[in-house]
Amino acid sequence: MLNDDLKDLEKKAKEIRIKTIDAIGFLGVGHIGGAMSIVELLTILYYSKMHIDPKIPKMEDRDKLVLSKGHAGPALYSTLAQKGFFPVEWLHTLNQGGTKLPSHCDMNMTPGIDMTTGSLGQGLSSAIGLALAMRIDKIDRNVFAIIGDGESQEGQNWEAAMAAPQFKLNKLIAFTDYNKMQIDGYTCDIMPIDDLVEKWSAFGWSTYRVNGHNFAELDKAIDDARKSKDKPSMIIMDTIKGKGCSFAEGQLTNHNMVFTYEQAKEAIAALG
Amino acid sequence: MSDKDMREVYTDTLIELAESNDKICLMEADLMRATGTNPFKEKFPERTFNVGVAEANMVGVASGLSAGGKIPFAATFGCFAARRTFDQFFISANYAQQNVKLVGTDPGVSAGFNGGTHMPFEDIGLMRTIPKLVIFEASDTVSLKKLLPQAAEHKGSTYMRLQRKGKNTHYSESDEIILGKGNVLKEGSDVTIIATGYVMVPEAIAAAEILSEEGINATVIDMHTIKPLDKDLILKYAEKTGALVVCENHQKSCGLFAAVSELLAEERPTPVQAVAVEDLFGQVGTPAFLQGAYGLTKENIVEKTKIVLERKNG
Repeated sequence: MLNDDLKDLEKKAKEIRIKTIDAIGFLGVGHIGGAMSIVELLTILYYSKMHIDPKIPKMEDRDKLVLSKGHAGPALYSTLAQKGFFPVEWLHTLNQGGTKLPSHCDMNMTPGIDMTTGSLGQGLSSAIGLALAMRIDKIDRNVFAIIGDGESQEGQNWEAAMAAPQFKLNKLIAFTDYNKMQIDGYTCDIMPIDDLVEKWSAFGWSTYRVNGHNFAELDKAIDDARKSKDKPSMIIMDTIKGKGCSFAEGQLTNHNMVFTYEQAKEAIAALG
Repeated sequence: MSDKDMREVYTDTLIELAESNDKICLMEADLMRATGTNPFKEKFPERTFNVGVAEANMVGVASGLSAGGKIPFAATFGCFAARRTFDQFFISANYAQQNVKLVGTDPGVSAGFNGGTHMPFEDIGLMRTIPKLVIFEASDTVSLKKLLPQAAEHKGSTYMRLQRKGKNTHYSESDEIILGKGNVLKEGSDVTIIATGYVMVPEAIAAAEILSEEGINATVIDMHTIKPLDKDLILKYAEKTGALVVCENHQKSCGLFAAVSELLAEERPTPVQAVAVEDLFGQVGTPAFLQGAYGLTKENIVEKTKIVLERKNG
């Protein structure tokens, strides 16, 4: 990855982070932790990897994304707004009655959202269906899916984990946002999910483990995954819940946090 | 009698649909032998997906196929289709406004020797709570063949109860059968017997014959579509006959009887009796034994008809 590209992605990620903190802060409550931990991933997908056109959100041969941890919607909305899928002003309508930006992703409300999610554990199955539909239609694109680490405790993920290799879905690239926290505490205390690399490998996936805040590592893993001939790929991202939001980063209470707009502005200022 | 079992009609009709519509896909969860859909797989292997014993994933994948523009028909036993995959069907399929055609086989007593664990008496009730969902059960081979293409055509998800075995045929090929509209099989002015499904519609027809010999003239309606309910037809016959009996191979509390009663309570209070399962779990036995055990018989329809007529005339 070229130095200029890296700098550009870092700049874009910072802008997405600012928009996300601002949107949730404007509302006063939201899923800040799990939104912050996937900002680098969303940045590299939407600015470097995905074949999309903000002017034609439903372009037939686009790459698709299923944000299975749908509560991280605000980070995706900030990304989509910044890409031009809809006006940035919409971000201040987050979760207000009549908004097009509900807390959990809704494909029928928001331009650029490819699948409705929010009931944890269901998105990977949907992503398999989208990838199968692409194969039937001979569309040579990728389906990306992002699941949470707490979400990985849902059994349906493991039904999907069996199915994707059986269907040889090499175009399916999934990510686990391994920020090690869930609502009630540390994942290792509530219900351990280790070893994720061994688990997904044993299910027949090409498996990678990267620092989810490092663009160079994400870049290489995604490019390697795209070369897969017959297996789906799972990229386990070590991340920090709340990353880059000063008052939330690494806090066990940051899953769904109440904070003031003033706090949000301070956190944004702290980003420099 | 048809020369084909219900499940053969299901599979053959889907093959016909798939030949002219390349969006039609088939999904199974290790019950392809039971549903009898192998011929579809042989013809369209690239559009057939068996996920193994993983019904939640089946409905999730079906929702993704739909989001990718396909029309998946996904089948499993009704107990799993309704109870186990309820949230997947609710959120990924229906809340997400997808086009998933879920099929619950072996409804009610037709689960027979699989017994109580496999006997869905509550699937219609669960499904009725899903906004805008279309719910239906064909009562014979002809109506199955005619309703399936309409379900495929419908923009939105559907839930179909499917009796797998049996060749009953009371319709003729020229009969018009419209999803969402009940079919009046026999006209009578004393009482209206509304039945749904493969098990109860023939019982209702037989009961009307017994009643006729006793001088009671019953209207018989095949209410294949439970949701949306054909309100106009029910209200018309409530007015005409002043008494109704509702027959279903299903729990009384939440199926067709409940739907009809809700309608009558608000629109036109009229005496109505149920021939349905009275707050009981399923059990093993032949379907004939089970029909007797739960009162899903022509004899019980006759008995309930006499009760409702006493109420009407009293």
